[in-house]
Amino acid sequence: MNEITPNSGANSEAAGEGHSSAPAKLGYSPVAEIPHRLRVTDTDPKAARRAERQVAAMFTLSMVFIMLSVIAYVVIDKYAVVYIPVLGDVGASNVVLGFTFGMAVVLIGAGAIQWAKKLMPDVEVVQERHDMVSEKEDDNLAIANYERGKDESGFARYKLIRRSLLGAMALLPIPIIVVLRDLWITPPGENPTEILTTTMWTKGKRIISDGTYMPIRPEDLPVGGLVSALPEGILEVQEEEHNLNARGKAAIILVRMDPEQIRSQQGEGWDYNGILAYSKICTHVGCPIALYEQRTHHLLCPCHQSTFDLADSGAVIYGPAARNMPQLPISVDEEGYLVATQDFAVPVGPSFWERDKA
Amino acid sequence: MKFITARRRNPFVAVLLLVAALGAVGITFSAVSNIEPAQAAMGSQTQVEDGKKLYLEGCSSCHALNAQGAMNGPSLIGVGAAAVHFQVSTGRMPLAAPGAQAVVKEPIYDVEEVAAMSAYIASLAPGPAIPTSEDLDYSGADVAEGGVLFRINCAQCHQAAGQGGALTQGKYAPNLMQATPQEIYEAMVSGPQSMPVFSNDTLPVKDKQAITAYITALQESPNPGGLSLGRIGPVTEGLFMWIAVFGAFIGAAVWIGIKAR
Amino acid sequence: MSTTLDHPVEQVGGVTAKYVDERLGSNKFLGRNLGKVFPDHWSFMLGEIALYSFIVVLLTGTFLTLFYNPSMVEVVYNGSYVPLKGVQMSEAYASSLDISFEVRGGLLIRQMHHWSALIFVAAIAVHMFRVFFTGAFRKPREFNWLVGVGLTALALGAGFTGYSLPDDLLSGTGLQIIRGILQSIPLIGTWAAFLVFGGEFPGTEIIPRLYAAHILLIPGIILALITVHLMMVWTQKHTQFPGPGRTNTNVVGYPLLPVYMAKAGGFFFIVFGIIALIGGLVTVNPIWVFGPYTPDQVSAGTQPDWYIGWLDGALRLMPNWESVIAGFTISWNVLIPSVVIPGILFTGLALYPFLEAWATGDKREHNLLERPRNAPVRTGIGVAAIVFYGILWIGGGNDVIAAAFDLSFNTLAWTLRVGLIALPPIAFLVTKRICLGLQRKDREKLLHGYESGRVLRLPHGEFIEVHQPLNYKELAVISAKEDLPVLPAPVKIDADGVRNPNYRIDQLRHKLSSFFLRDNIERPTDAEIEAGQAHAAHSAALEAPLHEYEELDQDPVGHGGVLHHPGMPMTNQEHVDQRQ
Repeated sequence: MNEITPNSGANSEAAGEGHSSAPAKLGYSPVAEIPHRLRVTDTDPKAARRAERQVAAMFTLSMVFIMLSVIAYVVIDKYAVVYIPVLGDVGASNVVLGFTFGMAVVLIGAGAIQWAKKLMPDVEVVQERHDMVSEKEDDNLAIANYERGKDESGFARYKLIRRSLLGAMALLPIPIIVVLRDLWITPPGENPTEILTTTMWTKGKRIISDGTYMPIRPEDLPVGGLVSALPEGILEVQEEEHNLNARGKAAIILVRMDPEQIRSQQGEGWDYNGILAYSKICTHVGCPIALYEQRTHHLLCPCHQSTFDLADSGAVIYGPAARNMPQLPISVDEEGYLVATQDFAVPVGPSFWERDKA
Repeated sequence: MKFITARRRNPFVAVLLLVAALGAVGITFSAVSNIEPAQAAMGSQTQVEDGKKLYLEGCSSCHALNAQGAMNGPSLIGVGAAAVHFQVSTGRMPLAAPGAQAVVKEPIYDVEEVAAMSAYIASLAPGPAIPTSEDLDYSGADVAEGGVLFRINCAQCHQAAGQGGALTQGKYAPNLMQATPQEIYEAMVSGPQSMPVFSNDTLPVKDKQAITAYITALQESPNPGGLSLGRIGPVTEGLFMWIAVFGAFIGAAVWIGIKAR
Repeated sequence: MSTTLDHPVEQVGGVTAKYVDERLGSNKFLGRNLGKVFPDHWSFMLGEIALYSFIVVLLTGTFLTLFYNPSMVEVVYNGSYVPLKGVQMSEAYASSLDISFEVRGGLLIRQMHHWSALIFVAAIAVHMFRVFFTGAFRKPREFNWLVGVGLTALALGAGFTGYSLPDDLLSGTGLQIIRGILQSIPLIGTWAAFLVFGGEFPGTEIIPRLYAAHILLIPGIILALITVHLMMVWTQKHTQFPGPGRTNTNVVGYPLLPVYMAKAGGFFFIVFGIIALIGGLVTVNPIWVFGPYTPDQVSAGTQPDWYIGWLDGALRLMPNWESVIAGFTISWNVLIPSVVIPGILFTGLALYPFLEAWATGDKREHNLLERPRNAPVRTGIGVAAIVFYGILWIGGGNDVIAAAFDLSFNTLAWTLRVGLIALPPIAFLVTKRICLGLQRKDREKLLHGYESGRVLRLPHGEFIEVHQPLNYKELAVISAKEDLPVLPAPVKIDADGVRNPNYRIDQLRHKLSSFFLRDNIERPTDAEIEAGQAHAAHSAALEAPLHEYEELDQDPVGHGGVLHHPGMPMTNQEHVDQRQ
């Protein structure tokens, strides 16, 4: 049966100060007993030749696939579509390029591994490890050199130099931080709080529907209806500012419900005959929301599932959002189009540190 | 059996299963119902009477005798023929069992019966009519414009690729991959169940056609990148990567580690 | 050994090597290291998957930079994808579409890049599990663990910045969420958001900035850290699992040249090739169906890539707490899930090796891996952390799961909220119990051998169950268990009346030590094992006459059984001797 070589574990090590010395050896069976079994390719020359052919075949096949890949690149029209079972109708160029190139690369790998497994020696060998800790000599040398350096530079002696150097080094990173200030080239007189608090909506600003950019009359919107809307002139502002910032703040949804079903609003008479306007930007982290369920009057955010009740002041009824959806007070102008009567009363979108100071 | 056992570790089978599982629900929701656009925008008197008969047999227990609505069903006065056609021809109505929302199933009424019921409900009060074939003709529509409108008005619930999505409390916006132009149109004008109404005043017929053209393009478009994984983004991609790709890698790693015979 | 560099290529190689060596002394390094031994185990390949997928990411990413244009200037698309023709979009999105449709092979490279990025992070995670559960982070490898934790965080950053670059509707929504998260940071949050985005969201700066981070800053640091990571592995030599001949002071495996090089190099091609196959056959991130980003549009089922999913899940499951203190708003509902929880998780990961070493008082060098069962508390903590992470991860896809399985995401989310609190402790306890059970079983095996399940009636009528001795390999693996005693309780005032100034800390350490070690099932002594195995062998021998056709030693390779098998006559040592 197996011989058992004593194991000198660290079981007897004293506790308290921790266990500091490494166990000399763990486990059984000395190196000499690492088992080894000859492979078929070690004993049967035919098998070895077969393995050689296998490996060579894989490498050769890889070459074939590479050629096919290049041919495919040249020959296949980049818009061609091909039907392949399981995959469906797919882009011919992509599939063929990926398949041929992938097979070529996989075959090189498989060939190399097969070579290693079947033909290279599979005898495990042993190497000794050495503790990471340095030899005492090297240790002493390091300390001696440190002491010499300290002494020669006079780092310990010249207190003034030492302190002023430390001070200089400590201050050095500051400009690296300061210089980041103009990551936002702040337009004169503007500050984040103000920007986050105001939108394009003003008294009398017409509401236009997103996509068609047409003003909306109350009678256009049936009970149960939903329109994603923007302030009139949004396209001009976008053109002028070369960005979508105004859109990201001013986007609203209009919904219409039976006025009797409106239980509360954020301001008296902020609806127009049952038409309510709410911000489209979630008060949680700012995803646009328009998942409006006309039966329940619930508005759902697709990002984190905050749910707001638009019949009840846009109150949060589920999910991580903490604030009501801001409501935009609306009315109609003399031509009968829906307009805002003022800007949002509270900042739209996610909360921020100064939000309630605004 | 042996065939399956032998192949069940095949990565493609994993893909297949994944897609099958995720796709099955969506496909069930929107089983095909190829009903010709009903001619009866304005029904004849006999049609209305037939429709009333059918209504009293099949619908009145929930929607009440005069369609004025009751505890279990909303009023149908003014919902229009489009709503009736949409609900009944897709099998959503009559409801099989109470649940979060009506599910698509094999319709139990034939084309004429649906037309008769639509005519009856339309006769009660004006409402969105069944679209004419002109309304549904999207051949001249701008697909890209439809895409923009789809992302503004539809993608929030039906997902950018029309694969559907979850709503609150177990409700859902169905997958649109089997939806016919008529169903798409009728859903927009009638606002079935949770869906809001997109009237022809806020979303003109031309825009509805563009949206239909875009949805149809999504339905018919190939997948340039290969197997689609349901076009629903990172969730299925992550699953595929963890199951199939990592399966393959670990298989290879184990193969490398095993000693040759 | 005589050198026989007679092939012309070898001669050129020899001349080159000499040329280089005369200038760098490189042959000294080669001579020492070409024969370096690497242990072989499939789980040691997991880190290699990470390395190789990173190489693929670099190669494919470089190709993408040739065509991608990181600009948020609005243009009108005029490419070949009809459903977007004439649509306003950023140049970033338009150039991503062009890579997908106009550049031949571009879609393949883009998909390979995305797949390999997903794989990179996944491989890091799995590699980290392997290192954690086998205790490979213990002395002397704590630094490498720290580097690994840093690489994990950087990989998340690399992934997220890349995910955002196409500027499609899906990824833009992700950026919008990042803006919300930045704004939630107390005091500096609002300004931080404005500085990062160059003003108001979305602005026109974020894509070029993310691009700089994605292709230069983050990959640069990752490359540097990977170099350090590998150099440390090289210097410290790889750990190995216990087994015959393997000790804490040696390394048993295959030499770098040729076997390890062929296997590891071959595996690179396997990983690369599989990524290419997947890139060709399976769609990832079909940006064209999501459409261009605008801040007032959204798609249902908006998710980040898998590795950010847990943070999104945390945001979803968090209750809606917000408070206003002295007029200032603190959004706990955003701050806790997206800043505090990841902060705690990464800090915990980084500190774990030091915490465990302190608690167990273990200061020894460990080159032999510990089987997970032999560290039940560590294994339990690991499983609990994975369960915690997994629940957040599921939470990140709760709407898709709800839609696919006809559930209500409200119910699902509440279930997950409860699970997030209740399941990790349960997972810890169950795992620990299982580990201890396995330890007990191991002890039984060492003391009595295998239960063969065969009952034997002895001539005098007694029934015994035949036990078989463990084979050489199991004996080596199982007996490698180490036991550490619980650190003793500190004394408040010692016999001489001196107060222990560190009493509280010592007491804490004692308690932690006891938490880690008190339930340990002790390994039998060597003498007990010897006696146990001998007894088992005796019991098996009793049965032998009845089963003459069966071999006593089930394993034919063991050095006890070799004689039965012609064709396998040698031990490893003999092979080595023969070769030399």
